Amino acid sequence: MSQVSSGTGRDLRLSGLQKTYPNGFTAVHDLDLVVPQGSFFALLGPSGCGKTTTLRMVAGLETPTAGSITIGDADITHAKPYKRPVNTVFQNYALFPHLSIAENVEFGLKRRKVADSRAQVKAILELTELAEQAAKLPTQLSGGQQQRVALARAIVNRPEVLLLDEPLGALDLKLRRAMQVELKRIQEEVGITFVHVTHDQEEAMSMADTVAVMNQGVIEQMGSPYDLYTNPHTTFVANFLGRSNLIKGTVVGREGAGDDAVVKVDMHGTIATIKASKVHTDSKDGWLGIRPEKVLIQPAGTAIDAPGSSISGGVVTDASYLGVSTDYTVRMPWGQEIICFEQNTGRRGGLIPVGTQVDVSWRPEFAFLLDASQDADAGIVEED
Amino acid sequence: MTRIGRWIGSHLVLAGGILVLLYMYIPNMIVAVMSFNDSSGARNLYAFQKFTWNNWLHPCAPEGMCSSLVTSIEIGLLATFFATLIGTFAAFGLVRHKFAGRSLMNLVLFLPMATPEIVMGSSLLALFVAAGLGGHLGFVTILIAHIMFCISFVVITVKSRLAGLDGTLEQAAMDLYATEWQTFWKVTFPLVFPGILSAALLAFSLSFDDFIITNLNSGQTVTFPMFVWGAAQRGVPMQVNVIGTVMFLVALAAVILGEVGARRRRKAIAAR
Repeated sequence: MSQVSSGTGRDLRLSGLQKTYPNGFTAVHDLDLVVPQGSFFALLGPSGCGKTTTLRMVAGLETPTAGSITIGDADITHAKPYKRPVNTVFQNYALFPHLSIAENVEFGLKRRKVADSRAQVKAILELTELAEQAAKLPTQLSGGQQQRVALARAIVNRPEVLLLDEPLGALDLKLRRAMQVELKRIQEEVGITFVHVTHDQEEAMSMADTVAVMNQGVIEQMGSPYDLYTNPHTTFVANFLGRSNLIKGTVVGREGAGDDAVVKVDMHGTIATIKASKVHTDSKDGWLGIRPEKVLIQPAGTAIDAPGSSISGGVVTDASYLGVSTDYTVRMPWGQEIICFEQNTGRRGGLIPVGTQVDVSWRPEFAFLLDASQDADAGIVEED
Repeated sequence: MTRIGRWIGSHLVLAGGILVLLYMYIPNMIVAVMSFNDSSGARNLYAFQKFTWNNWLHPCAPEGMCSSLVTSIEIGLLATFFATLIGTFAAFGLVRHKFAGRSLMNLVLFLPMATPEIVMGSSLLALFVAAGLGGHLGFVTILIAHIMFCISFVVITVKSRLAGLDGTLEQAAMDLYATEWQTFWKVTFPLVFPGILSAALLAFSLSFDDFIITNLNSGQTVTFPMFVWGAAQRGVPMQVNVIGTVMFLVALAAVILGEVGARRRRKAIAAR
């Protein structure tokens, strides 16, 4: 985690924020959120989860039904969009088609009657590598260049908070990866608080210091990408952020205390241990979750090098060789199929053929336990 | 074979294009040529007799022609101004606000365009007479009629431009510290202006051109189309061709000036 400074007093704070549309649809439910000054914050969620509505309320383009928005001590809940120290990079860029690139970038400075606006425009166009394009019209630029103009037009105003609404959504994959690096660089250079809305989990994880996963108008979980991935609190987060194997289990006992506390779970006859800090259910039943790359696989009878929670009796039903890794699908004795990603280190000297009897195992510290009342399929996304 | 076919293909399109252009502009060329025709003493007024500058040197020679032209221009400008103003407001209202009866309003605004002019002209006459204006038909009644039928065209033209305007542009302007007033004048208006301008040009040409509705509601007032119509019974004076040529040149100049202005602006930005 890089420079997440707090307590400097200019944090963006959303308290009890709610948005209900006249047709009765509630897009955002009672949202509480603190974005520390200078951080790169991502709001991650599927389309329709309320993340864009939240962003638009911060920008002043939607009026909250309840709650408040403050930056430092200033309450901006009902301030006009042009009275907020907030700028937005729109999803479709919204560049003014009748103005040149330089005039687009100068727009905000001119409205505020900044004295040396020309010089500032020049500097920001250099930072975003657009100096050559200054005299052109937006339609004469490529998608990636237009994206940078939208960014330059916003950050030239040095807002306290920069909002980015799926800013890379319209770019192709290669350009998107390049712009992710670029955005991160620019954010570190200017030190403005970035609030980035996206449905792309890789984008959120690669750039943000803190990610808030949003679903159906509420924040499911918030934390660093590492914490979210290794210790998801809900089945939605477990499935939306990467993939997870969720296996039905029953809590049979607790042992130890403090950091060593563990919970014993019976899953279809095998007893697995889970660190108490990764248990997120109070009931007896739960979903034991384990990430596919944490699952080790070995033909039956041979030794597994990392013993832990181990299950025998699996059969390989599918093996997809992806070069870097191989994805195995293993049918467990109780009929469930679990996924296992294995790095192709060459240690095995080939693939495990489909139909082979295998044992699977994982280190206990990688497993987590979620509430059984949650949908095991929540948040599963089709690959695009 | 295919190469020859392609050659013919590509040149056919070109030839076709030139033919269409000729078809569109030959009438204008004939008008221009005829404006130099000396028709004095000729029997056939529609044939070129001999060259003269006279028509251009004395354009107002035919009695009543220039005063009818002035009347038409005055009515045209006034009708354009009021129709564009009212029509633009109506278009903004129809596109930007949802209200009960909006789709009915759209239909009601469209209907006058579909109504035959002769029907509209006679209904207007009936209305004016019923309103007690029977003895006072003239400039004002023509103007009222012209504003009325121009509004529909203005609304349709401005509306389509406005509907094509991306709403996030105005949000972006507000996000970039522009007040509602500044957003309108810096973003909305410049982007809708081409639509308003073409609506105004359309309104002017519709008004300037109109004969049927005008004729029914004109009283003693004579507009330019009415003058030409009346003169055509006896033989059109060649000066009408002078006016026609001037109008064509004015339109041409407007288009060229617009293009030159746009290029100059582009260069001015580049020079910064």
